[in-house]
Amino acid sequence: MAATRPFAPLRNLNAKIAAVPMIATVLVVFIGCTLWTVVYSFTSSRSLPTLDFVGIDQYRRLFTTSRWIVSLRNLAIFGILALSFSLVLGFILAALMDQKIRFENTFRTVFLYPHALSFIVTGLVWQWILTPAYGVQKVVRDLGFETFNFPILTDGRFTIYAIVIASLWQGTGLVMALMLAGLRNIDDEIWKAARVDGIPTWRTYLFIIIPMMRPVFATTLVIIAATIVKVYDLVVAMTNGGPGIASEVPAKYVYDFMFSRGNLGQGLAASTIMLTTVLIILVPWALYEYRPRNRTLGVGK
Amino acid sequence: MSLVNPAGPRGRRPRRIGSPTSIMIYGILIVAAVYYLIPLYVMVMTSLKGMPEIRLGNIFSPPVEVTFQPWATAWNSACTGLYCEGIKVGFFNSMKILVPSVIFSIIIASVNGYALSNWRFKGSELFFTALIFGAFIPYQVMLYPLVIITRELGIFGTLTGVIVIHTIFGMPILTLLFRNYFVSLPPELFKAARVDGAGFWRIFLQIMLPMSLPIFVVAVILQVTGIWNDFLFGVIFAGTKNFPMTVQLNNIVNSTQGVKEYNVNMAATILTGAVPLLVYFFSGKYFVRGIAAGAVKG
Amino acid sequence: MTQLHSVSIKDLSLNFGSVGVLKDLNIDVADGEFLVLLGPSGCGKSTLLNCIAGLLDISEGQIFIKGKNVTWEEPKDRGIGMVFQSYALYPQMTVEKNLSFGLRVAGLPKAEIAKRIAAAAEILQIGPLLHRKPAELSGGQRQRVAIGRALVRDVDVFLFDEPLSNLDAKLRSELRVEIKRLHQKLANTMIYVTHDQIEALTLADRIAVMKGGLIQQLDDPLTIYNRPRNLFVASFIGSPAMNFLKGEIGGNSAGPVFKANGLDISLASYAAQQPLPFGRAAIFGFRPEHIAIGDAPGPTGRSSPATVDLDEPMGADSLVWLKVAGKPISVRVDSGRRYQPGEKVFLTFNPNLASVFDAESEIRI
Repeated sequence: MAATRPFAPLRNLNAKIAAVPMIATVLVVFIGCTLWTVVYSFTSSRSLPTLDFVGIDQYRRLFTTSRWIVSLRNLAIFGILALSFSLVLGFILAALMDQKIRFENTFRTVFLYPHALSFIVTGLVWQWILTPAYGVQKVVRDLGFETFNFPILTDGRFTIYAIVIASLWQGTGLVMALMLAGLRNIDDEIWKAARVDGIPTWRTYLFIIIPMMRPVFATTLVIIAATIVKVYDLVVAMTNGGPGIASEVPAKYVYDFMFSRGNLGQGLAASTIMLTTVLIILVPWALYEYRPRNRTLGVGK
Repeated sequence: MSLVNPAGPRGRRPRRIGSPTSIMIYGILIVAAVYYLIPLYVMVMTSLKGMPEIRLGNIFSPPVEVTFQPWATAWNSACTGLYCEGIKVGFFNSMKILVPSVIFSIIIASVNGYALSNWRFKGSELFFTALIFGAFIPYQVMLYPLVIITRELGIFGTLTGVIVIHTIFGMPILTLLFRNYFVSLPPELFKAARVDGAGFWRIFLQIMLPMSLPIFVVAVILQVTGIWNDFLFGVIFAGTKNFPMTVQLNNIVNSTQGVKEYNVNMAATILTGAVPLLVYFFSGKYFVRGIAAGAVKG
Repeated sequence: MTQLHSVSIKDLSLNFGSVGVLKDLNIDVADGEFLVLLGPSGCGKSTLLNCIAGLLDISEGQIFIKGKNVTWEEPKDRGIGMVFQSYALYPQMTVEKNLSFGLRVAGLPKAEIAKRIAAAAEILQIGPLLHRKPAELSGGQRQRVAIGRALVRDVDVFLFDEPLSNLDAKLRSELRVEIKRLHQKLANTMIYVTHDQIEALTLADRIAVMKGGLIQQLDDPLTIYNRPRNLFVASFIGSPAMNFLKGEIGGNSAGPVFKANGLDISLASYAAQQPLPFGRAAIFGFRPEHIAIGDAPGPTGRSSPATVDLDEPMGADSLVWLKVAGKPISVRVDSGRRYQPGEKVFLTFNPNLASVFDAESEIRI
């Protein structure tokens, strides 16, 4: 009267049913749609997808289009500046917050609230603050500096920096919160040992704490980098790519060519380049995070 | 030889409140706080001024004459280029998108996360890893095929369409959140429940759910702010008549027709930001937990 | 064929991927027996318990409970109750609801549930706690409730997974006594996992010492303590640990002798498992309390001079560390006398209480 041997595919059936949406999402959306895009990026598709393969023509055209080159250059500038400033400023803020200060919660609330706002809201506020006719430039001129120029939104050479300022306002709080969580995870006894050894606080941070937080930095970096590659709404709201094409970014290029200009092939090729960029960031990190380790099996007690 | 000096330091060591270090710390923090608060301040001040005052005055100065007219206009009659029905249309659209998206995405992800933590099966870890990596694929890569799929299913340009899309793209982070939470619960609870004869759904509903309220709060906050703030999916999948508030706002502010009414624009901007801001201010630590969860690896 | 046994494990193996976690285990537990699975962390003892409970699927072999093959049965259908280290009480339910959850799942009538809870509460004296939540209980009370949850299931086999490890030393010894009393009263089969040898020695009818997924020795506590089957069991059991001297087995006119660094110990009175192999490398093990310390030499062939290294008073007795033939050994003595470092003394060995192991196979000779 032993139980019947459970039929393998039906064992744990409920769990498998519960995972159906995940499996479908992975197979259809993440893998299927991505492969579709990569395949069709090698076709001559214009307003409708066709399987007329043209090799790397779309990519060749992409890299001779000045708008795409500008987009890439902007993404590089934006990426490097936003990444380095948000990491450095975020860490400094977190380190200051970690000094057992009073009103910690108030400061945290203030630093983090922009992160609750959408990129659209962020972009519109900063567009308003930086508008030359009414914003910072006018205020400084009204103070008596008649010749003060701050044409950050109207002079194409600077527009991307305006977007950096807005994105730092929106995103540094997040970095601060992640870093603070990392700092709070550091064993208190490290600090006690450093204090007994008479090591100054700044040196402790620089030579002991920051190296210990390498995983936190790596993870934060990947998260921010992945957001940066996708940057779209902020640009749409703040400058809509202008003046001219001065502040175009790849994500906007993709959207415009796919949905407004009816040039699917270009949009798909551009999005494939975006994917490649993400993979270049992601793969080394993944190899590092998931590198083979001496995993101990949780056996016995 | 052991002369104890009775006049030496004794008792509690005095705390130096005004030390240069602490002045510097608070100084930097306050300067940073001002930078963070200025945009909010400017938004509110601008929205309370009349247009003549804006043209003459300074964006940082408080209104001489407070008016709530811009708020009323923004809500009821601001123009998006074609229609002049105000941002309220977008507000209600966003609500219609938000509520079902939050509910569906959380139900699916919580059950999935539970299955992945306590009921692993062959391949479950592989799919989970793929799901997390999928979260890093730029949406732009998957947009067009998804347009085709939703069109084939007849849900492109509908509320259902955008809800499905939000459920799909909310899945990685939410599943990670729930899985990590359920993994962190003592596995012995699960074992005890199985010895007690409870199965998959009973353990989930009667043992796990009552213990998981905090993580559900975190998930709701994460989804409410995330979906409310979405622009891309709304503009593509929702269809013109269902445009969410962010899209409406952008259309109002960046429409090229007519005279720019900056006070109305700022009022509309505040109104659009109000929902996630309120969620944020009332949920403090849960919000932080939610964004930190994104950084905690599986 | 298994009717005589309460729990029978036949050729049980468990692999995680290519890693063998449990290897071909065979254990028969008699009805009403208290079996302790003892071993260091990672030895597979908790894993084995989880296999018996049905919480882990085994790779090979069979499990019988009360003569019924339960290898593929769900945990609830195996006729077991289980008590966990972390208590595993459902935090949102009161004590009463915790106890009744399994019974409600099984659809028992209300009156029967109430009867069983009352009985368990009586035995464990947790009646006043029934309407509290786990968070409002002390560690000892929680563990009582956890035992109660196994009790109300009215089963023949109790499984304990390190139930006392989370408690402080005093509470641990109290609950240990209580579990022993419970076993005497209920007389059902208990399988108990622990890494604490005192728990094992005090509670068990038989102890299974495990290491590396294998059972090293399965015997009653005294045999395990006095006649360990191999070097691992000998070194794992006993605190302070057994002393070991490396040397070889030789012989002289008086019979077999253990030789190490000029030290000769007669093995004439040693109860060997097999004829002593002369000339073979061996390890001579003896417990600190099985050796006498004195100011004059003892009987020839069993005595050796030694130098005191350290004296550790432990209250009731003292542990004296000495150097014998260049090797450190410990001796347990009455705490009446203190020894000074450098003091010369004489030791008297007691070969019939010693253990001799083959140096290569580490098996008892």
